[in-house]
Amino acid sequence: MPDSGTTPLIALRGVCKRYVRGQQSVDVLHGVDLDIPEGDFIALMGPSGSGKTTLLNLIGGLDQPTEGSVAVDGKRIEGLSSAELAAWRACNIGFIFQFYNLLPMLSARRNVELPLLLTSLPAHERKRRALLALELVGLAARADHKPAELSGGEEQRVSIARALVSDPRLLICDEPTGDLDRHTADEILSLLKALNESHGNTIIMVTHDPKAAEYARRQVHLDKGVLVGEATNGAHA
Amino acid sequence: MRFFSLVWASLLRRKTRTFLTLLSIVTAFLLFGFLDAVRVVFTQGSAQAGVDRLITTSRISFIQPLPLAYRERILAVPGVATLAHANWFGGIYQDRRNFFANIAVSPAEYLAIHPEIALSDGAYEAFLSRRTGALVGRELARKHGWAIGDRIPLQATLWPHKSGSTTWTFEIVGLMQAGDERARKFENQMLFRYDYFDEGRMSGQGTAGWYIVKVRDPAESTRVALAIDALFRNSAAETRSQSEKEFNLAFARQFGDVGLIARAIMAAVFFTLLLVTGHTMAQGVRERTAELAVLKTLGFDNGLILRLVLAESMLMVLIGGLTGLSLASLTLPLFKTFGAQLPPLRIAAESWVAGFGIMLGLGLVVGLPPAVRAMRLGITEALAER
Repeated sequence: MPDSGTTPLIALRGVCKRYVRGQQSVDVLHGVDLDIPEGDFIALMGPSGSGKTTLLNLIGGLDQPTEGSVAVDGKRIEGLSSAELAAWRACNIGFIFQFYNLLPMLSARRNVELPLLLTSLPAHERKRRALLALELVGLAARADHKPAELSGGEEQRVSIARALVSDPRLLICDEPTGDLDRHTADEILSLLKALNESHGNTIIMVTHDPKAAEYARRQVHLDKGVLVGEATNGAHA
Repeated sequence: MRFFSLVWASLLRRKTRTFLTLLSIVTAFLLFGFLDAVRVVFTQGSAQAGVDRLITTSRISFIQPLPLAYRERILAVPGVATLAHANWFGGIYQDRRNFFANIAVSPAEYLAIHPEIALSDGAYEAFLSRRTGALVGRELARKHGWAIGDRIPLQATLWPHKSGSTTWTFEIVGLMQAGDERARKFENQMLFRYDYFDEGRMSGQGTAGWYIVKVRDPAESTRVALAIDALFRNSAAETRSQSEKEFNLAFARQFGDVGLIARAIMAAVFFTLLLVTGHTMAQGVRERTAELAVLKTLGFDNGLILRLVLAESMLMVLIGGLTGLSLASLTLPLFKTFGAQLPPLRIAAESWVAGFGIMLGLGLVVGLPPAVRAMRLGITEALAER
């Protein structure tokens, strides 16, 4: 569903993905076309096995399409080498996972600092920025705590701070509230919404949860590897 | 250095396992330090010998005596500057465990031919004037609490006194110090006068254990050695002349090929260490599959992941290895087992270099397979396993 008016931040054209396991091959995506403008907040929905996470991985440069093209801000990424993709991800994408994926042996601050290790920033600047990101998600006071000492919601906030710290253009969230209770999930989703509205972060969020999807500007539905529908949420409209 | 905290934290992820692995590395390098010090002493102690000195012994064995009458004939060989003679006494002080070299020497000649021996004040004159006089190494005197003027009884094992007694008594008239590195062995020896020994022994008068021959020109050593041996060919006591280096080496090899034994033990130890450390590293990386995938997701490229895992194994091996070698270096001076004839045990520079090389090699071999595995890790597959 390309947007014909403005230049999109993300443009997918005819994207197919086939996984081959031994003798068997499985087609997960079938010619997906999708445009996402800068500043958008999209909820990518669909049943299990519909290809949501695969699509997210392709947009995030974690995987390569079998056919078609993926362009982010006009740059096609499907042909980039592994090292080029890594560098591109470090500069452009912030990832938020369902299970937070924090490194257990590092404090919250050290976890948030990880993406900055790939920059040439001096140690004191890295620390300052990590604390700032933690402050943004309301966790500055827990900076020295290790993940095991934090609640699920707090861990996800650290994960969001880690995704934000390098100021990426795009936040990719894979079921960010899938492991949280309703109340905490609402807090996290409110935080994402605020980031989108006040900081202009473009967000793509995979979710099964219709309530979570309501926090997005748009909902895009995927089924059996094909985009089957799109809706704009009223609150954002 | 930016990534040091990450590498360090990964290493401390499982503290007990890392500690136990470190302990095995420390133990292996401690053992390496000990064994290599022994190997160096036994194989390179000879390198400290004088280059201008030949040792002439019986061709059969250096414990077979040579006639004293050879003395003048050797002196007449062109290229020979001077010579001294000596005899192994093999006396025991109180207990066999107190072993040290005690040697009967022709006093003035022996000291003249060994300028590297530094004597305490008045020792030289006292040694030449007192027939029962003995020079003892400073280290040996310190070990037994001896002082100048003390009378030291030695129990003869090879040379009983002609009176029938096996006890020989010597008076300490001076201390020997190492004037330079070559003389370190003298700090654990005792020298006494050959004339006192020869007159007092029950048998073997008129013979010497070996001759120390000083040549005028070190470049002529081989020719002089051949000339000396040619002089006594087909006689009842044929000779074998060799450089002091070769002689010391042959002496050390009485104990077996220590270098080979040491190397064999070290190879077994390091092979075991390789398996233990390799298993630890492999398990450590396997457990962190998802974490490594997260790092890749954040933008850590494959090369960086490879280097981080390698740095982890290198750091672990270097910490353990340097601790082990340092411990060996600190504790070796407490062992003076070989001090009698060979230099004291210590970690030589070449052992540090070899040890460091082994650490780097071990770190690389142990770290490379898991590092390559981590490098090849597919992000989506690894995250999906979680």
